[in-house]
Amino acid sequence: MLATTLRLTGDFDLSEEAVQDAFVAALEQWPRDGAPANPYAWLVSTARNRVVDQIRRRARFQEKQTDIERVAVLREGAVDLSDGAMVDDQLRLIFTCCHPALAVDAQVALTLRTVCGLATDEIARCFLTPVATMAQRLVRVKRKIRDARLPFAMPPKERLAERLDGVMLVVYLVFTEGYAATSGNVWIRRQLCEEAIRLGRLMCELIPQNPELRALLALMLLHDSRRVARSGPEEEIITLEEQDRELWDRQEIAEGVPLLEAALREGASGEYALQAAIVSLHARAKRAEDTDWPQIVRLYDALLRKRPSPVVELNRAAAVAMAEGPACGLALIAELEAKGELAGYHLLPAAKADLLRRQGRWLEAAESYREALALVANDPERRFLTLRLEEANGNRDRH
Amino acid sequence: MEYLLLIYDSEADFAKMSKADGDALYADYGKFTQSILQSGHHRAGQQLQPVSTATTVRVRNGKRVVTDGPFAETREQLGGFYLIEAKDLDEALAIAERVPSARIGSIEVRPLVPAMQHAGQT
Repeated sequence: MLATTLRLTGDFDLSEEAVQDAFVAALEQWPRDGAPANPYAWLVSTARNRVVDQIRRRARFQEKQTDIERVAVLREGAVDLSDGAMVDDQLRLIFTCCHPALAVDAQVALTLRTVCGLATDEIARCFLTPVATMAQRLVRVKRKIRDARLPFAMPPKERLAERLDGVMLVVYLVFTEGYAATSGNVWIRRQLCEEAIRLGRLMCELIPQNPELRALLALMLLHDSRRVARSGPEEEIITLEEQDRELWDRQEIAEGVPLLEAALREGASGEYALQAAIVSLHARAKRAEDTDWPQIVRLYDALLRKRPSPVVELNRAAAVAMAEGPACGLALIAELEAKGELAGYHLLPAAKADLLRRQGRWLEAAESYREALALVANDPERRFLTLRLEEANGNRDRH
Repeated sequence: MEYLLLIYDSEADFAKMSKADGDALYADYGKFTQSILQSGHHRAGQQLQPVSTATTVRVRNGKRVVTDGPFAETREQLGGFYLIEAKDLDEALAIAERVPSARIGSIEVRPLVPAMQHAGQT
């Protein structure tokens, strides 16, 4: 609705208001006069008329020639409500929300607001931002869209790939915000994951020929399949190795794995595809010890070639440790420590501690857990590391 | 819709540039300006003298204060501008990326407040 009204008006605030007014009018008139034959068309044309009224009122007040012209165009243009036109409206809306001229956090907020229809206070809660701050952010971004005249349009062909990267990033940020065990209540985080997956599905429907989009959807589904298994009743972290695999969502895995395989066959080779391939190897292992670690190491190699990153190197080191033994992993971690790029990142000493733990080097493991605890910022991870530290201390005393 | 393209680049880097590179840059500017003149996007455009020639004026309590130079030291300086007409921000950005200095400095794209709208707000 909003997408279609926006196409007609090009103004976010006016359209939002008009759509709300149209629904209010429907609530008044339909029970009295009966529902119209095509309720959707009725709502859109009511919203459009409302926008026309608004612009005309403003135009009369300000004698703005451009507005008067817009009214003429709006009144005469037929509303195209075919499926094709609606798909285009939604795409235009998404690409406008994810325009690179907008700050990334504003893109995320605007997408949740206008594409997903979340209320401003809901979005504020998702990001632990005061409602007033979030409202301000949305006002500012809509003002920029209007005043800098961001086109409510699909990007031209030569920019499509680059712009699609931006859209995928926003979708994945919504997902990771919901998936990260850092903060916010469970229900809100769940909602963000569901919205991200819904957006992923929508994008796959709107642009079915793009395998990277399907790889992204698969990645989110496969991560999400572990949702229930990855934390205990007290929000405590349960590692992949220790998760009860019976709790993994079979339906999401059954959808995600073939989706990814098809995407890979059609040439998906981006970051999301590689990450999804790693997650899918976990999803397919019946027991932790069945995991194909050598293949996972190769996928991390490919990921590093695509985008070098010390965090990915750390993940690779952990995978190497599982494939070739903790000593090999520790050697790689020592190299990373020497480079110093991850100084201050708690997962570096945490990963090191884990490998020392596996070797039964309790004294050194305890040392590294303490180092990680000094750096960790969120509660569930702090509790997890504390438990591991206590375990290491206990074992050290026993030996 | 009118947009101002503010061209920021480093005067220090510019001074270090070889004569051949400087000539090539000017030639690129000539070609670029010609192309947006022909396409009808060009409204105005000019290179600025270096920041060292700038003077700042302020009026405080009715008294004029004139000082040498700009307000703050920055790595990149405003070195020139184009005023263009474009149908929307995407078109303006596509023009901005073709400004030769975009490769070495940066181009700030600012929409102008339409004169009518301004009158309407007061």
